[in-house]
Amino acid sequence: MSRKLNYREAMREAMHEALANDPRVFLMGEDVGMYGGTYAFSKGFLAEFGPERIRDTPLSELGFVGAGIGAALGGMRPIVEVMTINFSLLALDQIVNSAAAYRHMSGGQFSVPLVIRMTTGAGRQLAAQHSHSLEGWYAHIPGIKVLAPATIEDARGMLAPALADPDPVVIFEHAGLFNMEGELPDDWTVDITSARVRREGKDVAIITHGGSLPKALAAAETLAAGGISAQVVDLRVLRPLDTATIAASVAKCHRAVIVDEGWRTGSLAAEVMARIMENAFYELDAPVARVCSEEVPIPYARHLEEAALPQAEKIVAAVKGLFA
Amino acid sequence: MTDHHAAAPPSGPVPWDKDFALKLLADMVRIRRMEEKSAEMYGAGKIRGFLHLYIGEEATAVGALHALSPEDNIVATYREHGHALVRGMDMGAIMAEMYGKSEGCARGRGGSMHLFDRATRLFGGNAIVGGGLPLAVGLGLAGRMQNEKRITACFFGDGAVAEGAFHESLNLAALWKLPVLFCCENNLFGMGTAIERAESQTDLCVKAASYNMPALKVDGMDIVAVHEVTKQAAQRVRAGEGPLFVEYQTYRFRAHSMFDAELYRQKAEVEEWKTRGPIHTFSARLKVEGKLTEEEFLAIDAAANDEVAAAVAFAEAGSWEPVEDLLKDVHTPAEDAP
Repeated sequence: MSRKLNYREAMREAMHEALANDPRVFLMGEDVGMYGGTYAFSKGFLAEFGPERIRDTPLSELGFVGAGIGAALGGMRPIVEVMTINFSLLALDQIVNSAAAYRHMSGGQFSVPLVIRMTTGAGRQLAAQHSHSLEGWYAHIPGIKVLAPATIEDARGMLAPALADPDPVVIFEHAGLFNMEGELPDDWTVDITSARVRREGKDVAIITHGGSLPKALAAAETLAAGGISAQVVDLRVLRPLDTATIAASVAKCHRAVIVDEGWRTGSLAAEVMARIMENAFYELDAPVARVCSEEVPIPYARHLEEAALPQAEKIVAAVKGLFA
Repeated sequence: MTDHHAAAPPSGPVPWDKDFALKLLADMVRIRRMEEKSAEMYGAGKIRGFLHLYIGEEATAVGALHALSPEDNIVATYREHGHALVRGMDMGAIMAEMYGKSEGCARGRGGSMHLFDRATRLFGGNAIVGGGLPLAVGLGLAGRMQNEKRITACFFGDGAVAEGAFHESLNLAALWKLPVLFCCENNLFGMGTAIERAESQTDLCVKAASYNMPALKVDGMDIVAVHEVTKQAAQRVRAGEGPLFVEYQTYRFRAHSMFDAELYRQKAEVEEWKTRGPIHTFSARLKVEGKLTEEEFLAIDAAANDEVAAAVAFAEAGSWEPVEDLLKDVHTPAEDAP
C-alpha cells in the first residue's frame, strides 16, 4: 500500500530512521535542534535523540562542516545540514580541500563517510544572496557524490545509501519541492547511481534535475496536448552523471532540451550537453537546446524573478524551437 | 622590517632521566638531518613541488608529541615532516613520499605537504592554512561521542590565527568542551608577513583565552618547557576540562619554502635566533648535567645520518605508481569501506 506524504515528511522520516538505527549517525547544523530545523525537517528530534546527536551549531559553516569531516574521519556518520547552498560558500574550502581530497591525497588511508545536506534554488523572492543553484559547482569536484532528490521517493530513499557510502555525499534539496505531495510506494529503496526516466516519450528528451523537474513534467503535459511526446529524464545523481541514461534517451528521441536552474555559462547543463555530443552526436536531429537561469543575480521582484528562472512555458518554447 | 629580538638561550636543569633526554635529543637531530637532506635532494631535483622546512623549530614537535599517547589524534600542517617522524613514521616512507614514489606514506599522491599515517593517527599534512582546525574539532567530537580516551592535538602556525577557521574552531571546541589541544607554533611569520603586520593583537593567548579556554605561552625553543607544559595541558584535556591552547614561541631558521628569498627579515635576526637553536642549547644543558658526552652526541648524529642515508636509498629504489592507478582511491573501494 503506497501512502501519501510530502517531501518534507519524507526527508524527516529518512533522517529519523537513520538516527534510530545507527548510533554513529548524528545531525549537526544551524537550528536543527531547538528550532526544529529551518524547514522543520528535524522537528521533535532534539527531544527524542538529545543534544549530543541533534547538535545545534553557531553560524560557523566552515567550522561545523569541517567538524563533520573530522567526525567522519573519527568513526562517526554525521549528517551535516547547511541551511542553504548560499551559506555553503563559506564552507567550500573544507568540502573541496578536505572532504573531497582526503581519500586520494592520503594514498587511500582516510575515507570521509559524511553526508552534507542543503537547500538549494530560487523561486521564493529571496533575492540575489538566497537564491543560488550552484549544485553544478559541486558536481565539478572529484571525490564527492552529488545528489538532487526531486521526488517523494528520492527524498525518502536517498539518505540511507548516502549514509552507507564510504565517501562524502552532498544532497541538494530544492526549496520549491518541500510542500510537494506524492505517493510513496511500499518499496521506496533507491540507488544513488542512476538517472531515471520520469515520463516516457519519443519525440524529445527533456533532461533536468531538482526543482526544475515539476516544471519539465508540466511542460511535457502541455506538449502532449500539442502532439509532441516528451520524455523527461531526472538526473537525480549529478556526480557521477549517468551518461548511459542520457545517451539512451537522446538515441530514442533524437532531440534534447536540458533544463537547469543554474546559470547557463559553465553550467551542469553544459556538461550534459557535452556528454550528448560525446556519446550521442549522430543520434541528433536538431541542435541540443538549454533552458537555464538568466545570467543575472536573482532579483527580488516576483515578475523579475520569474523571468530569470526556467519556467514550463520556456521549456515548451525551447522544445517547439527544435521542431521549427 | 621589524626586529624580533631573541631572548637568552634556554638554560636550566633538565628534569628527565638520561634515556628520555637522549631520546628527545636524538629525535631533534633526526628531523634536522632528514630535512637538511631533503633540501639537498630538492636542489638535486629529486624532490619537487613545495618543501617547507621545520629547521629551528624541532623542540616544539619533539617536546609536544612525546607528551601525547599513541592513541591520540594528530592534525598537522604542510610543515609536518618532523611531526610525522616523531610520531613514529618510518623515515623511508616520508622520504619516498617526498620523492613521489609509491612506497611513500601516501603513495606519492601528497608529497611533502601531505604526510598521512593511519597507524599513528596522523590525519595530514593539511596545506590550507587553518584547514586542519575544524577537522580537529570533529575528531575531538567523534572521540567524545564514542567515549574514547584519546585527545586530538592540532598543530598550526601563527598565520592560521588570522583565518576564520581558527576562530570558528576554537569557539566550537570551547562551546562543546571537546578534548582538543590547540598547538600554535608561532614562528613570527606567516610566510613572509611578520606577525605585527598581520595581527592587531599579537598576543595570541589573548585571542584564545577570549574563547573561554586556558591559554598557555611557552618558549618553543626550550624542549624541556615544551614537553612539561604540553604534558600538563594534555592531562587537563584528557581529564575532560575541555580544549586548551598552547602557544609555542619558536623561529624558523630556513626560508618559508624553497622559493623564498627572505626579503622580509634581517639576516642578523636569524643569526640571533640561531643562538637559541634547540639542538645545541639542549645538548649544552645535558652536558652540564653529565647526561651527554660529545661522543654520545656524535653517535646520535651518526645514527641519524645513517637513518637518513637508508631513507634516501629506500626512496631512490622506490617505484612510480602505475599511471593506470591514477584514479584509484578518488572514491573508496567497496572492500575497503570504513
